[in-house]
Amino acid sequence: MKQVLFFLLGVALISCDSGSNESTDDNFDRQAMLVNWADNIIVPAYKNYEGEVDALEAQAVVFTNAPTEESLATLRAKWRSAYLAWQWVAIFEIGVAETNGLQGYTNMYPANIEEIESSMLSGSYNLELPSRRDQQGFPALDYLIYGLASSDAEILAKYENNAYKTYLTDLAKRLQTLTSEVVNDWESGYRDTFVNNDGSSATGAVNKLTNDYIFYFEKHLRASKVGIPAGVFSGTPDPTDVEAYYASDFSKELFNEALACSKAFFNGQHFGSTQTGEGFKTYLDYLNSISGGTDLAQQIIDQFAAIESTSSSLTSSFSQQVESNNELMLNTYDELQKNVINFKIDMLQLMNVKVDYVDADGD
Amino acid sequence: MLMATDSISRYWNKTTQAAPLAVFRILFGSLIFMSMIRFWWNGWIEKLYIEPQFFFSYYGFEWVKPWGPYTYIIFFVCGVSALFVALGYRYRLSIVLLFLSFTYIELMDKTTYLNHYYFVSLISFLMIFLPAHNFTSVDARKNPKISYDRIPQWTIDSIKLMLGIVYFYAGLAKLNSDWLIHAMPLKIWLPGGYDLPVLGYWLQQVWVHYALSWIGALYDLSVPFLLLYSATRWLGYSLVIIFHLLTSMLFPIGMFPYIMIASTLIFFPPKLHLNLLNHLSRWVEWIRPGSQPGRVLIYDGKSLRQKVKVSLFIAFFALQLTLPFRYVLYPGELFWTEEGFRFSWRVMLMEKAGSTNFKIVDKQTGKWFYVDNSDFLTSFQEKQMSFQPDFILEYAHYLKKHFEDQGHQDIEIYVDSYVALNGRPSRPYINPNIDLTKKSETLKHKDWILPFNDEITGL
Repeated sequence: MKQVLFFLLGVALISCDSGSNESTDDNFDRQAMLVNWADNIIVPAYKNYEGEVDALEAQAVVFTNAPTEESLATLRAKWRSAYLAWQWVAIFEIGVAETNGLQGYTNMYPANIEEIESSMLSGSYNLELPSRRDQQGFPALDYLIYGLASSDAEILAKYENNAYKTYLTDLAKRLQTLTSEVVNDWESGYRDTFVNNDGSSATGAVNKLTNDYIFYFEKHLRASKVGIPAGVFSGTPDPTDVEAYYASDFSKELFNEALACSKAFFNGQHFGSTQTGEGFKTYLDYLNSISGGTDLAQQIIDQFAAIESTSSSLTSSFSQQVESNNELMLNTYDELQKNVINFKIDMLQLMNVKVDYVDADGD
Repeated sequence: MLMATDSISRYWNKTTQAAPLAVFRILFGSLIFMSMIRFWWNGWIEKLYIEPQFFFSYYGFEWVKPWGPYTYIIFFVCGVSALFVALGYRYRLSIVLLFLSFTYIELMDKTTYLNHYYFVSLISFLMIFLPAHNFTSVDARKNPKISYDRIPQWTIDSIKLMLGIVYFYAGLAKLNSDWLIHAMPLKIWLPGGYDLPVLGYWLQQVWVHYALSWIGALYDLSVPFLLLYSATRWLGYSLVIIFHLLTSMLFPIGMFPYIMIASTLIFFPPKLHLNLLNHLSRWVEWIRPGSQPGRVLIYDGKSLRQKVKVSLFIAFFALQLTLPFRYVLYPGELFWTEEGFRFSWRVMLMEKAGSTNFKIVDKQTGKWFYVDNSDFLTSFQEKQMSFQPDFILEYAHYLKKHFEDQGHQDIEIYVDSYVALNGRPSRPYINPNIDLTKKSETLKHKDWILPFNDEITGL
């Protein structure tokens, strides 16, 4: 009896294992896709961002040493280019960026100005607490360099108070620390971990980054940047809840940058270049060749074009946009939503990636 | 006519050795016990039944809800009664409690519906009426009066019939154009196993998708018959093992493969079960088959109790045979509307995903907003809700109540819903112009589901 059972188990295992000595790779090399993502997109984008954040931090020191019209203007310019560079890394909440909470500490808006004012003036605050996320990062800097008063002269006058100087440089340093933690990790081993984690499990790098990508597109690009100011989830447009509210004319530029990054990542386009490599597009093309469905990659690319065309008529300030003509903002939201459907249903179906790891049985 | 009645009555009186049913009881109870521990260990009680703020109910069972932190009690009762069933200790009470607690758990939230949970409920229901504790059980040891080593043949056959229905109906359900002609959904699922050693390569090959689709259908349709005849039984059982081990490698299906591998042993003749018990009794003394053979359990066919029991079994199986076909009463494509889909052994037939958003409209001011589903549902619930109309409706009514309690009055709820099925592009699913607060749940066809505009032929 026992022998029979063992024999059957043996048969079962051998028959699962018989056939060939061929390589376990199929015709699509997922590791090549991960290599392209890491080496040509993620790491270069982070290094670029790190450079911008370093420059911002340096200028924050220059400015606080000598607050002038001129040093304020330079600081604002550095803040802008760092904020734009941020849009190219915000998707990649993986590795240390996930564990140190980079996203939340860098760009949670709207900034909580009451708390900022009170902790700044009291001089006691711990920026590492999760409860302090809405008092730091780019939105808090936005307030400190644009929102303290209505004229530049009045803003400069605020910086006669050392409390403001300290808080400003602390915020810049905090961004710098978080960023260098992430970049160091990618450069000291995480890149290999990432690239070698090419399995199909829910914790595999392809699955994780795909989920990150879609989450970013849905929650940050579609909801936070457009939907929430337009009142999609509350019924009332909220002009104060836009990205870079105090800089006032910058929200569209940030949105455009994030949209460009989403599109480039979909295409596997190298950072800062027009060259493309393995990415969602080539992967979908491969999977389509098996299942023989409609050309999903092209459908997604076309929808990116539709989003660009609708959003191009938005004004540079989304605060003004929702007050003057919210319809246009809602139209942009609708176009974004169409790609959410394409990503969340059609792309995940084809890639056989679960929307979120549902840790339970199926049948 | 007389002969037929005669052979029927002879069948009801026929007896066989009790060992196969005893082995079945021990394995079934042990596996359910293990799956309860596994469920608890994985933190799923907390995650699936305590953390969510809202639960999807089955039609008519809206009163079945988790008990908050006391939900653990239900699982505890279920686990202990499964263990007692395996031991054959206070069997009748234990199996009733097992049936009730397990079924209660499954009714708490239909998000977690699985055919194999339904299977466990049905088997434990049948076992309430079966003499499964009269052999190698604690009860029979303590009370020799209820110790029998022969029991009516039909009691064992009823389990075989149930198993046969599961396989055969699962096979019938595969006889459709998506499965046989398009090799869907295996064509989507199998390439995902690319990193399995050796198999990974083959799982990318389209011919493999077709081969496995056809073999899978043939397997399901034929395995009950292969197991029934002694000449093909070992072949059938080898296929059972291979097939279930393969599926457990490819898909996250938990304990189900092991439950089926254990259950189908019941098709073997008693000799094998006696050997198995003798082997096991080297380690577990109470399992040793009784030493006073020859007691035969015979039911009095004329007693009311027996007549009721037999009628109940006939009604039960008549229902099992017809229920899976109830879908023909509904218009539209079964896979699309899912009206009549559950409780029909339709296993692994669909890759279906959706995105469904709810628009709350204030009728008086015309103001509207969309609901963030993650405020109310877990990601698992949101996933299941997004492509099943009865979930969508129930959730809409929950939202109506929620927002009315918040002071919104006179609201309408519309949905923006897209669904993709078996590799087809996503398309609108629910009529966006229908106010769902005006619709109520019934067993009738839901005419607010938009047409599928494609055809899947077959059963």
